[in-house]
Amino acid sequence: MSTPKIEMQDVHKRFGSNRVLRGVDLSVAPSESMVIIGGSGTGKSVTIKSVLGLVTPDKGSVLVDGKDVRKWKRETLLDKFGMLFQGGALFDSLKVWENVAFRALRSKSTEECRELAIEKLRRVGLKPETADQLPAELSGGMQKRVGLARAIATSPEIIFFDEPTTGLDPIMSDVINDLIRELVVELKCTAMTITHDMTSVRKIADRVAMLHDGVIQWTGPVGDMDASGNPYVEQFINGRADGPIEAVR
Amino acid sequence: MAALSVLHGFVAGVGATVLGFCQAIGAVTLFALRGLLAIVTPPWYPRELLRQIMKIGYYSLPVVGLTAVATGGVLALQIYIGGSRFNAESVVASIVAIGMVRELGPVLGGLVVAGRVSAAIAAEIGTMRVTEQIDALTTLSTNPFKYLVAPRLLAGVLTMPILVAVADTIGIMGGWLVGANRLGFNPETYIRNTVDFLTFGDIASGLVKAAVFGFIITLMGCFHGYNSGRGAQGVGRATTNAVVSAMVLILAFDYLLTELFFST
Repeated sequence: MSTPKIEMQDVHKRFGSNRVLRGVDLSVAPSESMVIIGGSGTGKSVTIKSVLGLVTPDKGSVLVDGKDVRKWKRETLLDKFGMLFQGGALFDSLKVWENVAFRALRSKSTEECRELAIEKLRRVGLKPETADQLPAELSGGMQKRVGLARAIATSPEIIFFDEPTTGLDPIMSDVINDLIRELVVELKCTAMTITHDMTSVRKIADRVAMLHDGVIQWTGPVGDMDASGNPYVEQFINGRADGPIEAVR
Repeated sequence: MAALSVLHGFVAGVGATVLGFCQAIGAVTLFALRGLLAIVTPPWYPRELLRQIMKIGYYSLPVVGLTAVATGGVLALQIYIGGSRFNAESVVASIVAIGMVRELGPVLGGLVVAGRVSAAIAAEIGTMRVTEQIDALTTLSTNPFKYLVAPRLLAGVLTMPILVAVADTIGIMGGWLVGANRLGFNPETYIRNTVDFLTFGDIASGLVKAAVFGFIITLMGCFHGYNSGRGAQGVGRATTNAVVSAMVLILAFDYLLTELFFST
């Protein structure tokens, strides 16, 4: 069995008195698309941020390529990642092409970076004219695509998608889901997505993990999800108010 | 028993305030040290530095210039009125020059720039915090301290002395305009008196103050923006705190620096 690309072992994290993660164990194989589902405020974003080092776990360890993230040289580790943020998180003061080629701007010429950005923008279905616009001039769907172009700009080994379809209409959500699936296959990268959009889950995922109460309640192939027999998963995917997940949290 | 309870509550309140104050000073000091370390260690972002020099320095020129010309003019009038009580009207030019260069140029310039720049920096960085742009910087292997904080701190320290030098000149010219046109001074004599009475120490002390104020203004903007709370309310609070703390610190450091220059 190959070394997992990402492995979380008994990860705990609390903010003040709020225990967000209470022992998360999760393993993601190379080139696998893992989707973490769960209600709002259950710690999905904290899970991803723990892997990136944006949040330091209180207990437990996070391994990337079998090595603890604390032992990696920070820059080398982060160079492996691309991330699409929930709201895009595009830099307001920079043009679209500067956003997309942000990482490359440190080592390549302006012209090379612009070309790289235009190529990536094309890949996500945006016209080259978009390159010179400011993020504020774009629609929500276009901003998501620019965020996607930025996430794939350096062909990372691992891409995180944080609520990729939140705030988008169903058609644009489908476009983004298709793009994510295509890019993950094309780049042969490992993907970790957090979402509560079940359409996205079925389109993007190879495997699914259900996070609730700070622990992974169930994990398995997306094909097994409907017949998981796990009460948390069943309540969540069917969108029922009754069940072990309290509606008011 | 009730009196003891009130006393306990009072002491606890004072203790909590003192502890909070010490904690805040510690947090600002550590932030400033991290910022200074980011200034002197690579990678550097010269484009970002130039952008901040334009935003902090160049775009503050109109408001600083307007404040200076009004202050210089009013100062000339007040000194003339006050001086006439002791038959000392002739000191108007020299007092305006010394007052502008040593005190009013740096302090009023600092306060005006604090209102404009600290607020803008806190709002910008605070919004970046709230919209995850600072997290995005980190995931793009970019240290936010080097990319956001260091260029702003350096731009503040570099541009404030230039802004204050401009303010001093415009302020003195404001005094000259009033002196020559309203108070009947000979224009050439007014300028000669201004130049003769100013020393290098006057100018240098004002410019050193300006550099310190530039650091304070940008530091407060960065600190409060970087530690901004969630949502519009969090950013709003960060902006207010940045301006208020920058203004208070400018006044406090003005006294300390004046005391320092006065005793040397």
